Amino acid sequence: MNKKRLSLILIGVAVAITLAAVFLHGHNFAVLNPQGEVGRKERNLMYVALVMSLVVVIPVFVMLFGFAWTYREGNKKAMYKPNWDHNRTIESIWWGVPTLLITILAVIAWNSSHDLDPYKALVSNKQPIQVEVVALDWKWLFIYPQQNIASVNFLQFPVDTPVNYTITSDAPMNSFWIPSLGGQVYAMSGMTTQLHLMANKIGDFEGSSANISGTGFAGMRFVARASSQADFDSWVAMVKGQDTPLNTTDYKNLAKPSENNPASYYSSVQSNLFDDILLKYMAPGSTVHNGSMAGMSM
Amino acid sequence: MFHFASALTGRMNMQAFPRDTITAGGALSMVFALIAIAAFLTYKKRWKWLWKEWLTSLDPKRIGVMYIIVALVMLLRGLGDVLLIRTQQATSVGSSHGILNSDHFQQIFSAHGSIMIFFVAMGLMFGLINLILPLHIGARDVAFPFLNSVAFWLFVAGMALMNLSIIFGEFSAAGWLAYPPLSELQYSPGVGVDYWIWSLQIAGVGSLLSGVNFLTTIFKMRAPGMTMMKMPIFVWSVLCSMLLVVFAFPILTVTLALLYFDRSLGMHFFTSTGGGNPMMYVNLIWAWGHPEVYILVLPAFGIYSEVVATFARKRLFGYKSMVWALGAITFLSFSVWLHHFFTMGAGADVNAFFGIMTMVIAVPTGVKIFNWLFTMYHGRILFATPMLWFMGFIATFTVGGVAGVLMAVPPADFQIHNSLFLVAHFHTMIIGGVVFGYFAGITYWFPKIFGFKLNERLGRYAFWSWLVGFLLAFIPLYILGFMGATRRLDHYSASEGWQGLFIVAGVGVLFVLLGVGFQILQFIVSIIQRKQNIDATGDPWNGRTLEWSAPSPVPFYNFTTIPEVHSRDAFWETKRAKISMPPRYEDITLPKNSPMGIFIAAFAFMVGFGCIWHIVWLIVLGLIGVVITVLVRSADEDTEETTTAAEVKRLDRVARKVAA
Repeated sequence: MNKKRLSLILIGVAVAITLAAVFLHGHNFAVLNPQGEVGRKERNLMYVALVMSLVVVIPVFVMLFGFAWTYREGNKKAMYKPNWDHNRTIESIWWGVPTLLITILAVIAWNSSHDLDPYKALVSNKQPIQVEVVALDWKWLFIYPQQNIASVNFLQFPVDTPVNYTITSDAPMNSFWIPSLGGQVYAMSGMTTQLHLMANKIGDFEGSSANISGTGFAGMRFVARASSQADFDSWVAMVKGQDTPLNTTDYKNLAKPSENNPASYYSSVQSNLFDDILLKYMAPGSTVHNGSMAGMSM
Repeated sequence: MFHFASALTGRMNMQAFPRDTITAGGALSMVFALIAIAAFLTYKKRWKWLWKEWLTSLDPKRIGVMYIIVALVMLLRGLGDVLLIRTQQATSVGSSHGILNSDHFQQIFSAHGSIMIFFVAMGLMFGLINLILPLHIGARDVAFPFLNSVAFWLFVAGMALMNLSIIFGEFSAAGWLAYPPLSELQYSPGVGVDYWIWSLQIAGVGSLLSGVNFLTTIFKMRAPGMTMMKMPIFVWSVLCSMLLVVFAFPILTVTLALLYFDRSLGMHFFTSTGGGNPMMYVNLIWAWGHPEVYILVLPAFGIYSEVVATFARKRLFGYKSMVWALGAITFLSFSVWLHHFFTMGAGADVNAFFGIMTMVIAVPTGVKIFNWLFTMYHGRILFATPMLWFMGFIATFTVGGVAGVLMAVPPADFQIHNSLFLVAHFHTMIIGGVVFGYFAGITYWFPKIFGFKLNERLGRYAFWSWLVGFLLAFIPLYILGFMGATRRLDHYSASEGWQGLFIVAGVGVLFVLLGVGFQILQFIVSIIQRKQNIDATGDPWNGRTLEWSAPSPVPFYNFTTIPEVHSRDAFWETKRAKISMPPRYEDITLPKNSPMGIFIAAFAFMVGFGCIWHIVWLIVLGLIGVVITVLVRSADEDTEETTTAAEVKRLDRVARKVAA
């Protein structure tokens, strides 16, 4: 390769990097720039896995281009050994080194799977907020059982306080995801999953459904607002002050398919609504459209 | 009460025909293309030739070529879908809603995935196996030549059914794996999911038949002296892949059948209600789906192994390691399926187990990469097009592998699962690993089948366009994933700041299309200039394996004399020892052509179409047809014909004289 060509390639790479930097500046890399401890630990795991992979990947790239250049057909000076086809020592190295790396990574995976189990409660001296999440066609319903309020496509909670999400679906499977705070969990009808997240900064974070659930699924976006405790309390008071209760009939209407729903709030919630939603998939012979199983869980 | 119309046409009525411009355009262009081809054949009076020489042929080389043609046509269809998907995503921002409505968009990406996996990747794979496997093991045919034809035509029937959904009805909008409950009747009442089920079901049965066929071929038909540890590594890779086919495809067949029972007979295997469990489907479909990835990539690994040894002019490094690595991957591929849904909430122990098993696969895969690199070391490398595809594969596959290791750590996966990062990862593996490998294989073995090489310059242009296009199309997707962009979005708000990256990704698609354009041009120019690129020796690349000992184009009987094998690179060693065996001619018995495979597939197509539209008489007719054709074929005693030794001698002289 002559010098002119090499310098052209280097200039090209530099221009590409500059353009990319300008282009991407100011964008929100939610996953790489987490605002909560769960997301931060998950990102750090990615970095650890990346660095460990590079131990193998960098030599691969060096050898790929190095060998290709050195042993090109035109280079008659390079040694040519057409029958050299095995060497126990070096083959042991590339069975051994990756095995070692994977062993380390396996320990990390085992520990982190337990440490960051979405079902595991977060350690904090604050009382956690409970939120019951219901994926609907095509919006999210958030029920706050402690406060006895609910909201659609909007979440608010105090900063530095664990939020315990109990998640189900009254629609096809969705996935509940707030990338700035941490990883997702599926929302499945007739089943509950759990997720524990905590914001460590005040701010509005985007949430979405990460799993296709029908035509309106792209519009299942919501704002997750981490605020001060005082702001959270006044938000709860504001919602309670409205005259918008959520009873079974309202819920039936809400559960009908609709797209791109704006945020809305419910000043009170019929008791056991979440359990009723769950139970109607479990009861034998029940149909999905029948939402009047309230008596069962009384 | 008997409704004549509904008994006659089931669920079908005039509403089934497309009403929006884009679908109608797609449907019309398909119909016109078929009419144009039919008119051309009629004008050239080639119908009889097509029927006798190709469609009814039981010669695995011809069947292989037909597989590859179908797969390449489907590649164009799949890329057309991509163009629509990316146009939508680049334009549907904020107040603009792009060119497609959500339902149509979702049908298109569901079709894209299904077509690319089942009818492009699988088609290229079975095509190349058909072309090369018998030649590679010094055999004249596969073990079950008629079964091979049935399998191919079932593949065609599945393909036709999937494409028919553009003209009659609709396609599934539930993604390429159609997770319930979305794919259940309650949420997908139309015929789309049924089209998906039956096109996969019919093609899948074909794949299973092929799996049995090639396994038997490898076990029973190797040339004398070719012990297992003397098989070329491509044969090992096909052996492993076909083992996976035989174990995995029955799972697919059963899973699809259960989903269909749910949808049409009111059963509750995977419904949310009535005691069904949708997550059972997700487990089952991935218990097939993960091995499927290895089914596709292992033969590509085999091709890379042949290509790198040939073009580095050196023995493959670490043959035994390669075999063990293939075996390890085959075994492990059945123990990782849950990594596709860590986010189901299965619990830490389960997630950690499957995460670790996934990482373990990285070890044998890494070993293979180092063995390929050390095949280059101390070699004398010729950078012909297949070698370029190989280099592109190592570079992209390694990067994709890193993304895979990230996602193998369950808590890290929670943050990138179902994001565009995931989409970028599996496209890196499938394009960089599978597609590049099959392109390398097509370029490498083309002269063996057709007798002339493909144009090298256009091949290089195609490679670089594909590589640049691939990088432009998928680097933005990795970045978008980190921004929290999920897959399958038909619309997003302008404040996300994703549009620029989607546009770059769309430009990448244009570069890939440019690459495909060069490939089409490459075929055309090479055919026109075939005299300049003629392969006179039968050994254009200075090859190492048995197929290069036969003349090019290889005659229908493959070898006049079944070769004897004494070492791994059998032909290379013969050349080195300067052994030239005097030709010895014998009577060769091979199967006659048979149209029965086409008939069986046509009846299977009727069954599928009937099941989709609930047309009972068509289902019954199709089933009876299948049974009768199978019986008629089984009763046929006169299925083989013999070419006499004298005729073989004459043909061989002609072949070698033309060659020499």
